[in-house]
Amino acid sequence: MASVSLGGIEKSYGDVAVIHGVDIEIADGEFVALVGPSGCGKSTLLRLIAGLEPITAGEMRIDGERVNEKGAAERGLAMVFQSYALYPHMSVRKNISFGLENQRLPREEIARRVARAASTLRLEDYLERKPRALSGGQRQRVAIGRAIVRDPKVLLFDEPLSNLDAELRVATRREIAALHAEIGGTMIYVTHDQVEAMTLADRIVVLRAGRVEQAGAPLELYNRPANLFVAGFIGSPKMNLLPAKAVAANAAATSLALGGDVLRDLPLAAPGIAAGADVVVGVRPEHVRIVAPGRGDFDGSIAFSERLGAGGFAYVDVEGAPQVTVQEDGQAIRPRGARVGLALAREGLHLFDPAGPALARSAAGA
Amino acid sequence: MNKALAFALRRRGRGWHWTDVLTYAYLSFGVLLMFGPVLWLALSSFKTPAALAEFPPTLLPWAPQTVTLPGDTARYPLVTAKGADGATVTMALKRRIGLVAILVDPKDPSKALHVPADSTRPVRRLRLAFENYVDPLKSFDFPRYLWNSVFVTLVATLITLLINSMAAYALAIYEFKGRGLVTLLVMASLMAPITIILVPAYLVVNELGLVNSLWGVILPGAATPTGVFLLRQYMLTMPRDLVEAARMDLASEWRIYWRIVMPLSAPALAVLAIFSVMWRWNDFLWPLVTLTTSDHFTLQLALNSFQGELQVRWNYLLAMTVVTLLPVAIVFAFLQRFIASGIATTGMK
Amino acid sequence: MAGDRKRGGTGAVADALDGAWTAAMGLTEPPMRALQRAIGAARMPWAFLAPNLAFFGLFVFLPLLIDVWFSLTGGPRLFPSQRPYVGADQYRHLLACGNYLDPSTCDQDRFWRAVRNTAEFTLFQVGAIVVVSLATAIALNRRIVAKGFFRAVFFFPVLLSPVVVALVWKWILQRDGLLNAVLGAAGFGKTLFFVSPGWAMFWAIFVSVWAHMGFYTLILLAGLQAIPADLYEAAEMDRTPPWRAFARITLPLLAPSLLVVAVLALIKAVQIFDEVFVLTGGGPGSATLMVVQYIYETGFSGVVQDFGLAAAASVALGVALFGLTLAQLRLSRGKEGAT
Ligand SMILES: Nc1ncnc2c1ncn2[C@@H]1O[C@H](COP(=O)(O)OP(=O)(O)O)[C@@H](O)[C@H]1O
Ligand SMILES: [Mg+2]
Repeated sequence: MASVSLGGIEKSYGDVAVIHGVDIEIADGEFVALVGPSGCGKSTLLRLIAGLEPITAGEMRIDGERVNEKGAAERGLAMVFQSYALYPHMSVRKNISFGLENQRLPREEIARRVARAASTLRLEDYLERKPRALSGGQRQRVAIGRAIVRDPKVLLFDEPLSNLDAELRVATRREIAALHAEIGGTMIYVTHDQVEAMTLADRIVVLRAGRVEQAGAPLELYNRPANLFVAGFIGSPKMNLLPAKAVAANAAATSLALGGDVLRDLPLAAPGIAAGADVVVGVRPEHVRIVAPGRGDFDGSIAFSERLGAGGFAYVDVEGAPQVTVQEDGQAIRPRGARVGLALAREGLHLFDPAGPALARSAAGA
Repeated sequence: MNKALAFALRRRGRGWHWTDVLTYAYLSFGVLLMFGPVLWLALSSFKTPAALAEFPPTLLPWAPQTVTLPGDTARYPLVTAKGADGATVTMALKRRIGLVAILVDPKDPSKALHVPADSTRPVRRLRLAFENYVDPLKSFDFPRYLWNSVFVTLVATLITLLINSMAAYALAIYEFKGRGLVTLLVMASLMAPITIILVPAYLVVNELGLVNSLWGVILPGAATPTGVFLLRQYMLTMPRDLVEAARMDLASEWRIYWRIVMPLSAPALAVLAIFSVMWRWNDFLWPLVTLTTSDHFTLQLALNSFQGELQVRWNYLLAMTVVTLLPVAIVFAFLQRFIASGIATTGMK
Repeated sequence: MAGDRKRGGTGAVADALDGAWTAAMGLTEPPMRALQRAIGAARMPWAFLAPNLAFFGLFVFLPLLIDVWFSLTGGPRLFPSQRPYVGADQYRHLLACGNYLDPSTCDQDRFWRAVRNTAEFTLFQVGAIVVVSLATAIALNRRIVAKGFFRAVFFFPVLLSPVVVALVWKWILQRDGLLNAVLGAAGFGKTLFFVSPGWAMFWAIFVSVWAHMGFYTLILLAGLQAIPADLYEAAEMDRTPPWRAFARITLPLLAPSLLVVAVLALIKAVQIFDEVFVLTGGGPGSATLMVVQYIYETGFSGVVQDFGLAAAASVALGVALFGLTLAQLRLSRGKEGAT
C-alpha cells in the first residue's frame, strides 16, 4: 500500500521520445486506470513505474521516496503482464511462490501465503499443474495470484484481460473489482478498453501519444471531457461529434449552423467565439431523441438500427453531417430509409474547438 | 508383404521413371559405401590374429578349431583330410614334417595318419574373439585412456555449458554499453581456429603448468563462439516478459539466469552438450600437442600411437577403435534427428 | 493407471534433477547476489561475460598476439621475452624460393610441398564435396521411402573422430585388406596404396570426402527443402523438362547454400590435418604432407623445435583463412545486394 507520484516523467528510446512529461499523483489505495489507444505509451509508462526501464527525465516517488535509481527488484511493486509471463517450467504453486522464495521467507510462511492467494483466486485444485495445462482464465488468475501473494506496495496490471474471450473478460473484470475491494491496495491498471477503465477505476488517466489528455473520476471524464479526444474515447457507443459553424454566440447562448439547419439559442456559454468560426458539437447517443420529421433540430434517414432487447441504437444519416448514433428505449423496429427528425437534448451538449479543447458545455452536463 | 512393398514404392500415378531407379541405385550404393567400412571394421575386430592375417579375408570371424590331446596341455588345430580309404576324417594336426602332416585321432592319439600337408583343411567355426576387447583392458593402459577421454569430455562439456550460457545470457537479455563490441569479439574468435595459434596457445598452457595435464586439454577450448551464438539465438526467442516478471518477483540476476533462463534453454543446451561431447571425444590436434606422455593420452591419441607402431597389433587396434566409436554410434542412434536438425538450423559442426 | 505410475517414475527423476539444480543454485547464488549488491544490477552482464571473455582472452586473443611475436623472433626458447627479435627473417626463410612451382628449390621445401599438397587437396576435396553432396541432397529430396534412414546413413560418418575414420580406411586399404581382396577377385594384383604418392593423395581426398560430405548434404538438403514446391508445380504446368527445371529453378535458388557449402568446406580443407596425418602420416615421403602437419612437426614433433618458423607458417595460414573469410563475406554481401 503506497502512494505513487510521477513528476514530469519523460522517456526516450534513443532519439525517439515516447513519453513527454507526464504528471500523475496516485493516492494510497487508489485504483487508477491508464487508458489510451494502442501505442500511446501506456505500457511504457507502467514499466517506468515498475522500474523495468530507466526513466529519461522527471522524478518518480513511491510513498514520497525518490525511486528513479532503484531497479524493479528494489521497488517492491508487483505486476500482472499482458502475456501473463507465467514461468512455463514451473507448477502453479512454484509460480506463485517464486517471489516469496526470492525474499527468503520461511517455508511455512510461503506455504501459508500461497494457500491464501490460491483460495482467494480459487486456484487450489490447480496448484500442481503447469501453466500450459490451464485455460486462459486460470492462467490469468495465476498471474494475479503471483502478484498479490507478496503483498506488494502497488499492483500493476498491463492489459490483463486482453487475451481473454468476451465472456471471461467480463467475469474477470468483476473479480478484479472484488479483489480491489477485498485487499484494497493501490492499483494501476493499463488498458485500451475504456469500458474496463470506467467500470474498475476510481480515477482514469487518458493518454495520447505519450501525454496526459485528462485525468479524473470516470463520470467526470464522461460528463466533462476536456477535449475532443477524450470525448471520443470515453463512452460506448461514442459521442456524436458534429462539425458546425457558429452563427452567433454570447455569454448565455450560442446559435450554430449544422448541416442545412440552424440550431438557435443552445444553452452553451461560449462568448469568445466569432460568428462563422468552425466548431464541433458533441452529443452522446442517449441525448439524441428520434421525433417526427421536421419536429426535431434536423432531419435524417435511418441507415440501420440495432435492437438489443431492452433498448437499442439507431444510426441516422444526416445530410451535411456525420452519421448520428441514437440510443433508444423500447423494442420498436425502425425501417431502413425512414425519414426521422432528431432532437438534441439541450442539457447534454458539448462544444469543442476543432483543434481539440472543449469550449463550453450545457448546464446539466456541467 | 509384396503388397506393402508395392504400396510403399508406388509412384503417385506415374509409374517408375528411370530417375527413380537411378536414385535408389545411388542411395543403395551409398549405404554400402558409408556403412560398409565401419561394419567391416567391427566384424574384423572379432577376428583372431591368425584370421586377420588371412588373405583373401573372410567376411565373418572364422577361427580355426583346436583340441587338446590326452596327456598333453598344448592345443592342436583340428583338420579334415582324406583317409586311406578315401573317406573324409577329422583329426588333430600333431606335427608337420616337410610336406607331410601327421594327424592323430584326438580321442586316441596312438592312431596316427600321414597325409600330404596340402591336402588338409583346417576345421573352422564362428568364434568372436572377445579377447581382443578383454586383453587391452588388462595388458595396456586402455582403461586409463578411456578414463582420460571420459574425463576430458564430461568436464569440458560442463564448463562449456556453464560459461557459454552465462555469456549468451548477458548478450541476449541485457542492453548495455559494449554489447555490440563483445558480440564482435566473440565473432572474431571464430576466425582464430586452433590450427593458427598452435604455438602460442601451447606457450600459454605451458606457462600455466598445464602441459601433460588433462586441464591443459580442457580449458583452452572451453569458451566456444559457436556455443555462445547458439545459446544467444535461442535465448533471444524467449519472451522478455518472463525475465521482467522474475525481476518484479525480486529475483537476483543470477537467480533469473539459473531458475528461469537456463531451464527454458534446455533444448539449446542439449544441442550444445551433444556437439561439445562430439568435439571433445573426437579432438585430436590439440591433445596431440599438449599431451606428450602416454599416461595422459586420450583414446584418440592412444589409437594414433598404436597404429604408428612398427608391429601394429591390428586385433587390439581394431577392437579399441570400435570402443572409441561406440559412444558416438550410440549417441547417433538415439539423437540422429536431433543432431541433424541442429546442424540444419545452426550450420555448425 | 500405467500412465500414472509412469508419470510418478519420471516425476521422481525430474524431482531429483530439480533438487540438484536447486542445490547448485543454493551454492552459487549467495556470492553472485553479493556481487550484484556490490557492483549493481547494471554491471551484472559483465559479471556473466567475465569467465567466457577471460577464456577467449587467454586462449585466443593473447595467443594471436604472441603468434605474431613468435614469428618475428628466433631461437629455441619458448618464453617470448627470451626470444631474440629477428625481424622478418622467419618469413624470409619460409618464403624464400628459387622457383615457386618447384618446392625443391625453396629454403623450406617441406613447407612449399605442404602448400602445394594442401592446394591440391583443397581443390579436389572441395570440388568433390560440392558435387557429391549436391547429388546426395537431390536424391534425398526426392519422394523416396525410408528417407530418414538414408539421410542417417550419409550423415553418420560426420560424427566419427578423424582418427577412427582414418583407421577404418587404413584397415581396408592395407596390403592384405578388403579392397585388395576385391580387386584380386576381379583379376588385379595387390596395390600398395600408401606407397604410391598418387594413390595416397587420392585416398586422403576420398576419405575426407567420405567423412564430411554428410554435413554438407544436410545444409544443401535444407536449402532444397526451402525452395517452394509450387515453383516446380508451375514448371510442370508449363511442361518444363526436368533438367531444365533443375538448371532454371533448383540451381539458382540453391546457389546461396552451395556458396555456403563451398566456403565452409574450403575453410576446413585448408586446415586439414587429423585424418590425413593418421591415414598416411604425410607420406609417402612428403606426398600428402599438409600445412598444418608442417606447423605441427616444425613446432612440436621435429628433432629441433622451431617455434618461430612454425608461428610464421601459422600466421601465413591465418592470413589465408582471413582472406577466404573476407571473400565469403564479400560474396554473400554481393549476393544480398544483387537481389
Ligand atoms: N524498447 C523500445 N524501443 C523503441 N521504441 C519502443 C520500445 N518500446 C516501446 N516503444 C515505442 O513506444 C511507443 C509506446 O509503446 P507502448 O508503451 O508499448 O504502447 P501501448 O500504449 O500500446 O502499451 C510505441 O510507439 C512503441 O513503438
Ligand atoms: Mg501495451
